[in-house]
Order: sequence, then structure tokens, then C-alpha cells
Amino acid sequence: MSKMIATREAYGKALVKYGKENENIVVLDADLSKSTKTAEFSTTFPERFFNMGIAEQNMLGTAAGLATSGKIPVASSFAMFAAGRAFEIVRNSICYPKLNVKICATHAGLTVGEDGASHQSIEDLAIMRSIPNLTVINPADAVSADKLLGEMISTYGPMYARFGRAAVPVIYSEDQKFEIGKSITVKEGEDITIIATGIMVNEALEAAKELEKIGLSIRVIDMHTIKPIDEEAIVKAAIETKLIVTAEEHSIIGGLGSAVAEVTAKEAPTFIQMIGVNDTFGESGKPNELLEKYGLTSENIYNTIMDSIEFDDEIEDEENGCGCSGEHSHDGGCGNGGGCGCK
Amino acid sequence: MYLKRRENFMKQSVKELKVTAGEIRKDIVKMVHASASGHPGGSLSAADILSALYFNVMNIDPENVKMEERDKFVLSKGHAAPVLYSSLARRGYFSTDELLTLRKIGSFLQGHPDMKGTPGVEMSTGSLGQGFSSSIGMALSAKLDNSPSRTFVLLGDGELNEGIVWEAAMSAAHYKLDNLTAVLDYNGLQIDGPNDKVMGVSPVDRKFESFGWNVIKIDGHNFEEILKAFDSAKSTKGIPTIIIAKTIKGKGVSFMENNAGWHGKAPSDEELEIALKELGGDK
Ligand SMILES: Cc1ncc(C[n+]2csc(CCOP(=O)(O)OP(=O)(O)O)c2C)c(N)n1
Repeated sequence: MSKMIATREAYGKALVKYGKENENIVVLDADLSKSTKTAEFSTTFPERFFNMGIAEQNMLGTAAGLATSGKIPVASSFAMFAAGRAFEIVRNSICYPKLNVKICATHAGLTVGEDGASHQSIEDLAIMRSIPNLTVINPADAVSADKLLGEMISTYGPMYARFGRAAVPVIYSEDQKFEIGKSITVKEGEDITIIATGIMVNEALEAAKELEKIGLSIRVIDMHTIKPIDEEAIVKAAIETKLIVTAEEHSIIGGLGSAVAEVTAKEAPTFIQMIGVNDTFGESGKPNELLEKYGLTSENIYNTIMDSIEFDDEIEDEENGCGCSGEHSHDGGCGNGGGCGCK
Repeated sequence: MYLKRRENFMKQSVKELKVTAGEIRKDIVKMVHASASGHPGGSLSAADILSALYFNVMNIDPENVKMEERDKFVLSKGHAAPVLYSSLARRGYFSTDELLTLRKIGSFLQGHPDMKGTPGVEMSTGSLGQGFSSSIGMALSAKLDNSPSRTFVLLGDGELNEGIVWEAAMSAAHYKLDNLTAVLDYNGLQIDGPNDKVMGVSPVDRKFESFGWNVIKIDGHNFEEILKAFDSAKSTKGIPTIIIAKTIKGKGVSFMENNAGWHGKAPSDEELEIALKELGGDK
């Protein structure tokens, strides 16, 4: 079993590390510094930390002002409030003038758990992705959280990153390189591609492992940057593999699945199965129970793929070798009376 | 013309209210312990205020949850859901057995109040500041309908950081909402520490006064003062009232009192036992 670390933990530690390297970094929080993990930065660099109170709009407006004066403000709150309550400030005061503000939102997705629907942000990728100039990042594990934060800080521009509350497996080694806008193919494969983001990358890898056992070759792509999205990798997957499955801890409306579909619709029309929260609010429960109930598991990825290929002529054809689209019985007969070459 | 209000519920006396609040406090620590998550500090601080509202002040009927002209309560500091759920259960809206399902998957007792799921919850809250605005709408609506319904809303002092609170405060005075009574659970702490360290909120009384409110300051754990304040709010005409109730976060459990660390943390088995003993009772 690999090590389990919440991406917010990795974020908090990395923030202190980068804070030592770059004294332009200033950190803001909205009365949640122990939860968002900016607390360690606040004790290490008290003069560069501003608790703005429970006032997310003002926090992000203030960040905009700091950025106009050459600072690199990193502002944190729960994703629900950073992306939700402050949306228009993010749009008009940060992204429109293209200011160098880093919005690092924690407690994203269903896995905030027991707090329930009011605190589960499953729309943030959709709403943040729709704002011009804004880069949107969703790390899969502790290593990517740290490295992507480093990239965010050293690259100019408004950016939104989402981190999770719950501990998740570490999937990358320390020497893995990360580049904003460039996906990582974590596993090569030829039959089907799973494009996943955030904590779903690990679920995709688990599903791929199981599917390999029955002879399917699965490509797994970590789409850690939702915007700008890696069009090249998506088009390649659309051309080289028979099916794309997207997986995200987010609504199926407007997030990763939609972003991938926007690319394929234009460049390489493809059949896509989207795994995410199906246009509903979440509820209170343990993170794992919620992932299960709302279908965000490796089992669901596995089953979705199995269900899809049942109706996929070509895979069946390969098995039967006859090239017809008839229902095949166990002995290989297709009911076409032998006209198509079945025995 | 309106029917005479039903008054078949016997209002609790101060002595009875003390007992009720004690039961509610025990429920709170048991609930948060059972779900291994939740917010005990700000629930315990509001137990006396909610006891007074649900067992003495408000015109409500658990047998007729949607009774027209009922008074309404909005928990704007929605994280204090345990104190609301216990009050509703003990007042008869649903069985107290349900309380231990708090925050569990499939339960109608969500981590933050859900008006679609829980009988007696008038507004879904959890995002700070929003409930206050909703209460303005309820009070405005009662005015439009010439209804005697009164609206009560509980705010946290940290919650006052949110700009929407002041937008609501301005509009309540503008529309002369004397049928609206806000209560501030003034326990001095939010999550990252004391209010005045995280984001200064004082002087709260003068802020609300300057926004055009009638301000009453009380000890939020003294039932005589609580009941008197609600009475005086009712007889105040032309402006909304805020009752600034000085409270103790974690009130009743020694190790939780005045400790920001107990804002959103569940007690262990041993801590539960000590808490219940201090609250004057077995399980
Ligand atoms: C808009 C919004 N921002 C942040 C939070 C997270 N949060 C929940 S409770 C809380 C502190 C509330 O403090 P206070 O109002 O003083 O409540 P009390 O101390 O009475 O529990 C915060 C920041 C939230 N629920 N809503």
C-alpha cells in the first residue's frame, strides 16, 4: 500500500518551502488556516500572512490589489467559498486585468464528507474554467500538489488550484516532472483511454489494473491542468484508442469530461463516457461512502468500460473474427445463417 | 381577519428551560461524538437561546409543521446544526432517536441544515451570512401578507465578517422590519482564534445601532434576560432588533469552554463521558 497524504497537507508544506525561496509570496486566508494548512506559513512568516476573516470576496479583492503591486498573493479557503462566493471578484478583479493571483482552494469535491452538500464544491472546475485568462489545476496526489504549486508560483498569471481534504495515495515519485498544461500519461495502453483528474487518477489506475487482467490494454492520463487543457494528448487518445472515459470528483457538467468533449468534438469526434457526479447535490457521509454512492470508484470505471465494450462491434468482432454485428452465441454463431462468415 | 393563534403548548418556565437546555447540551455532545465530526463549541453556546425560542417564545406547532402564520427560525450559523436538531426533536418534530444519525450517509440530519429533508428547518444554511438575508425575505413576506408571523435568526460573531451580513442589516432597517429579531451568539471566538485577532468585529452594538437597529445586550446564558429581550423586541415598532447575547463557546463542558480548538472537533469516548458527567447526567 502506498503512502496516504491529503493534497492540502502537501500544499501547506510546499507553501512554506516556496515562501523561503521567494519573499514576494504573501498568503491570505479566510478563518480556515488550520484546515487549509496555511497555518504553518502564518507562523513561519507572520509578516507575510493576512487572515482576512470569513470574508472571501474581500480576501480575493485584496489579493488583486497586492498583485498590482508586484506581490504574489496565494489565497486560500474551501473551494466552495473561494470559487463560489467570490466568483465575480475572481472574474472581474483578478482575471480581467490578468493579475498574478494564485487561488489555492481546499476541501474540494465530495470528499469534504460529513459537512454535506453546502460545503461540497462539485461545480468549481466548471465555473473557474469558464473565466478567460484563468489557469485551472487539479493535482492528483501529494507530489503533484507540491510540484504544481511550484510551477504556479514561477509562472505569471491568474491561477486556480483545488486540493482535497482526505488522505489519498501517493502515485508519483519525487523526480516526476510537471508542466502546467501538459498532461502525464501515467500508463500506456492501446485499447481504451481513461482521462482522469485529481483523486480519480488513482481510481483510474486501479481500474486499469483490473482491466488488464482480462486482456484489455488501458491508457491512463492524468489531466492535472483542466485549462489550458492538453489538446494533443486528447486527440492522440481519440485517434489511437477506441473509447475515452473521463473521471473527475466533480459534476459531469462543465468539468473535465466537458473539456475533453470540447476538444474531441472539434478535432476527432469520439465516443466518451463521463464519470462524475450526475447533476445532483451531494450529502453528508464518510468520504469513501460518498465516493461509492455517487459512483466515483475504480469499480464504476471498470463497469462503465465493460458495459461500453459489450456494445462495441469491433471488439466483439475481433473475438469472433467474423466482422458482423450480429449477437453471438457461446459457440460463436451469430444468427446470420452463416452469411457473414461465422461458423 | 385572522384566527386566534393556537396556544395549546405550555410555555416552559425558566426552571424548566434550564432542564431543557441541559438535555439539549447532552444531545449535542452525544451527536457529535456519534458522527465523529461536527461543531460542538458554537452549538453549546447557543443552547439556552434556542431553548428559549423553541420552548417559550416562538408560535410554532410540530403537529402542523407548515402552519400558516407560524414564527420562523433561521440558523444562519448553520454549522451549529446539532443544537437546532436537538431542539426540534425535543419539541416534537421528530424522534430523538434520529439524533444519533447526524452526518451519517442517508440521514435527514445533514451536516448543515437542509430545509428539504428535516421537518421544522425553515431554511437551508451552512454558507455563512446567507441565512441572514433569507430571514429578511421571510420578514418582508410576512409584512406583505399582513401576517403576525415573526422571524428569528441566529448569527455568529465570526459570521459578521461577511459583507452580506451588513447588506442584510442595511435592508432590514430600510424596510423597517420590526417583525425580525436577530440574535448574535457573541462567544468571542471563530475558527482561527478570538474574533478581534482574526478580524475585529467590535464594537458590534454601535455598528448595528448606526445601521438603524434596536440593540439589546444580554447574558446569553441567563433565561430571565433572554426572555425579557425577546419580549422587548416584540414590542419595538418600526425598526428591527438585534439581541447581542454574550455567550461562552463550549458552554457547560469545562474543557470545551472558551477553546477555539473545539469549534469543529468530536469528543473521544473518554471526553464524552466527562462531558456528560459535567452536564449533569448519565447517558
Ligand atoms: C461563507 C463561509 N465561509 C467559511 C465557512 C467555514 N466556517 C464554518 S464555521 C466558521 C467560523 C464561524 O465563527 P462564528 O460565526 O463565530 O461561529 P461560532 O463561533 O459561534 O461557532 C467558518 C469560517 C463557512 N461555513 N461559510
